[in-house]
Amino acid sequence: MAQVTLTVDGRARTLDIDDPDMPLLYALRDDLGLNNPRFGCGLGQCGACTVQIDGKAVRSCMTPVSSVKDRKITTLAGIGTPEKPHPVQAAWIEEQVNQCGYCISGWILTAVELLERHPKPTDAQIKDAFNDLICRCGTHGAALKAVKRASQQA
Amino acid sequence: MTDITVNRRAFLTSTGALVVTLASAEFAEASHPTVTARPPLKGDQLSSYITIEPDGTVVAYYGKIDGGQGLGTAIAQMVAEEIDVAYERVRVVMGDSALTLDMGGASAAIGVSHGGTMLRRTAAETRRLLIEMASEKLGVPARELGVTDGVIHTADKAKRVTYAELVGGRYLDRAVKWNGRLSNGLQVEVQAPLKKPADFRIIGQSLPRKDLPGKVFGTLDMVNDVRLPGMLHARMVRPTVAGAVPVQVDEGSISHIPGAKVVRIKDLLAVVAEKEWNAVKAARALKVTWSESKPDFPGHEKLFEHIRKAPIVKREFQRQNGNFEEGIKQAVRIVEGDYEFPTQSHASMGPACAVADVRDGEATIWTSTQKPYDSAYCVAELLGLPKEKVRAIWMFGTGSYGRNEQGDATADAAVLSKHLGRPVRVQYMRHEALAWDPKGTASINRSRAGLDANGKVIAYENISKAFSRLDNNTRESRAADVLAGQLTGLPLNRGESFEIPVASYTFEHGRLGWETIPPLMERASPLRSTHLRDPYGPPILFGSESFIDELAAATNADPVDFRLQYLKHPRDRDAVRIAAESYGWQKRPSPANDQKDKDVAIGRGIAFRRHFTTFIALIAEVRVHRRSGKLDLLRYVCAHDVGMIVNPDTLKHVIDRQLVYGTSRAMVEEVRFDANMVTSVDWESYPVMHMDGLPEKIDIVLIRRPEEPPSGAAEMALGLVPAAIGNAVFDATGVRLRRVPFTPERVKAALERA
Ligand code: FES
Ligand code: FES
Repeated sequence: MAQVTLTVDGRARTLDIDDPDMPLLYALRDDLGLNNPRFGCGLGQCGACTVQIDGKAVRSCMTPVSSVKDRKITTLAGIGTPEKPHPVQAAWIEEQVNQCGYCISGWILTAVELLERHPKPTDAQIKDAFNDLICRCGTHGAALKAVKRASQQA
Repeated sequence: MTDITVNRRAFLTSTGALVVTLASAEFAEASHPTVTARPPLKGDQLSSYITIEPDGTVVAYYGKIDGGQGLGTAIAQMVAEEIDVAYERVRVVMGDSALTLDMGGASAAIGVSHGGTMLRRTAAETRRLLIEMASEKLGVPARELGVTDGVIHTADKAKRVTYAELVGGRYLDRAVKWNGRLSNGLQVEVQAPLKKPADFRIIGQSLPRKDLPGKVFGTLDMVNDVRLPGMLHARMVRPTVAGAVPVQVDEGSISHIPGAKVVRIKDLLAVVAEKEWNAVKAARALKVTWSESKPDFPGHEKLFEHIRKAPIVKREFQRQNGNFEEGIKQAVRIVEGDYEFPTQSHASMGPACAVADVRDGEATIWTSTQKPYDSAYCVAELLGLPKEKVRAIWMFGTGSYGRNEQGDATADAAVLSKHLGRPVRVQYMRHEALAWDPKGTASINRSRAGLDANGKVIAYENISKAFSRLDNNTRESRAADVLAGQLTGLPLNRGESFEIPVASYTFEHGRLGWETIPPLMERASPLRSTHLRDPYGPPILFGSESFIDELAAATNADPVDFRLQYLKHPRDRDAVRIAAESYGWQKRPSPANDQKDKDVAIGRGIAFRRHFTTFIALIAEVRVHRRSGKLDLLRYVCAHDVGMIVNPDTLKHVIDRQLVYGTSRAMVEEVRFDANMVTSVDWESYPVMHMDGLPEKIDIVLIRRPEEPPSGAAEMALGLVPAAIGNAVFDATGVRLRRVPFTPERVKAALERA
């Protein structure tokens, strides 16, 4: 048993782990009871488990928990609230993007990172940034519109 | 009349099942409102549909679910409209078998047309009764009273009383006329009339979805997030050769994993652990000796050969007019066309997840299956409990797109919980969701038509040859319909059936039918068939609407004109006409003959369907790269007539998202398998459409018919995508695509063959 302290959405949380190779996703969901990073594939292929680590969108199903201590982890719930939404979240609601919403962490957190790199991205840049994400409900076109909306507000 | 007082506290403390940790209070509340003293949940009780809380909130009990298409919002709008309260005042409780009647769960996209209509009627009836009560209380005749946002008042507002003051917190113990049926057959009649479309204030408005903020801010709980005290995490262990069953299980192989345990119930094998990751690891590490199994599957590449040769178990002409055999004899020319549609997976974004707590002769299941009631009946049968002892609580979760593997996971969780005496959460892994979900069955669609000397179609036949759609009863309501039942030896429950296209075209002699063939494996097959979103729409329409195009080409007719020549119903005709106008369709026969030698050719194709009383035409414009076989989807135009529209923006979103989803099924999706097993086990071996496959432009034209009853929209448009694209490719190149998916390799091969 080893102890690991993770800083998630601004809060330091300590947990006991018996396997340093356990993916961060299981620490967040199972040990810390957080819900929005979701298990989609466990293979790095879909994005459902995305969180930000030091501002970068990372797939938590492929990230060993021992590799992220002392780093800043932010989940979808940590980037904004209904009272103070992140511009990307606001745009997602304006465009009514999602259906089931299971994929949402990947798409929104990827968009947030994209807009930090390219505040006014082209369609090609947006498509490229999203291309390794999966959404089975077909929200691709709506997500594209939402990013453009967010970039115009930014 | 006996009104009964609600006692929420009593309920909250008297049941142990409520120690669920749910971050969102709103959802917890919505899942478990006041049930203690409610009159029994029966179809002839008004309170089974609509109640009013002490604060005036109107609660609508909806026995269906919202798979992410905004049904919760649409239902709230319909109820708010009929009962005359502000939309914000309506709360919709969905899919909890202790609180809501079985209205069939999600099924056939009738959430608005069926469930919505039942709630509109009962909301209107509640309003009528409340006015009656107010009239007595205020001493004013009912006809002189009006309602504004839950306040009943005289015209001058001098006298008033609120709904909450009249009944808030008590139940209107009134009878309604019920047909005695549940599920999709439930019908209820009331005295109160429905509002006229001209008086609508809330129906027809594009209100934002209620469920989206919780999803966007990461605060909405899904079934995956249910955590019960003492809960164990389970992972199923499945063979790598279909049909194999465990012979020997080496429990020592997981003894190094903390808390990991093997559970074996006949041929059902699982591991459990306190910590989820340990369950995952144990499922991977467990050493199992499996029995010999030789499924001898034909493999996906040879599947259509197999289907062609397979014996016919049952053949049925579900619809006939005139006399096809006679008609075809009179023809001077015969046109024939075969179209092949592959096996497809539900391929949900999240593998199935369910939680079950079975104890003291009762069971509670938390599930996001679209059929929570059926799932509860199935669990009752599996566990040997009376139906009323199983409570299904539906929760949001991954989209299921038909009967995916959620019902299987729910049954697994229940069986394991009973066995272990503790709450159990089952989540499948990615490979199980793709390899072991019940599948959308493959089929070959065969069409034949006879033309007379003037090129008129006088005889028309459409036959699908396919695996039966009923390898499992598609409602998952019986124990034998799920893997857990099949692995524990229950007798199977197969049936023979497939589907036919809707006979919109008026041909003199016609027959529409199907032929089923034996399943590839009887029991616990990874290729067992069931409903996949728009069941049989994409395969059948790919065949039938491509073939209509073939007939148009054979008679040198414009594809739009050709359809209009045989469509008589004005709503059929309008959908086709409006799509063509919105697209800017130039009349000419296909193919466009000026692109013969070009390496890149552009074409347009149309496909049409009527489904129930939804009328849709889809036009696709496609750029074909002859050398690589790559297709660029340039534009879709979809004309859509669903009758009365509850929420136009949400409807457009539902159509837009499903056209993208349908594009994935047309362009890339195909379950791969070899002689032994499904080999599509991840997102590389079961490719789906990514951002780079998105059609460049999707225009949706809503045809407004407020006076017509609402029909369904959740899956009707997607089935047109394969035929619309295929017809566009024909228009561009003169070559017919006869097999889905339209991968570059396939398209290239088809072009080279021609
Ligand atoms: S769950 Fe991590 S990428 Fe799919
Ligand atoms: S919204 Fe359902 S998977 Fe993306």
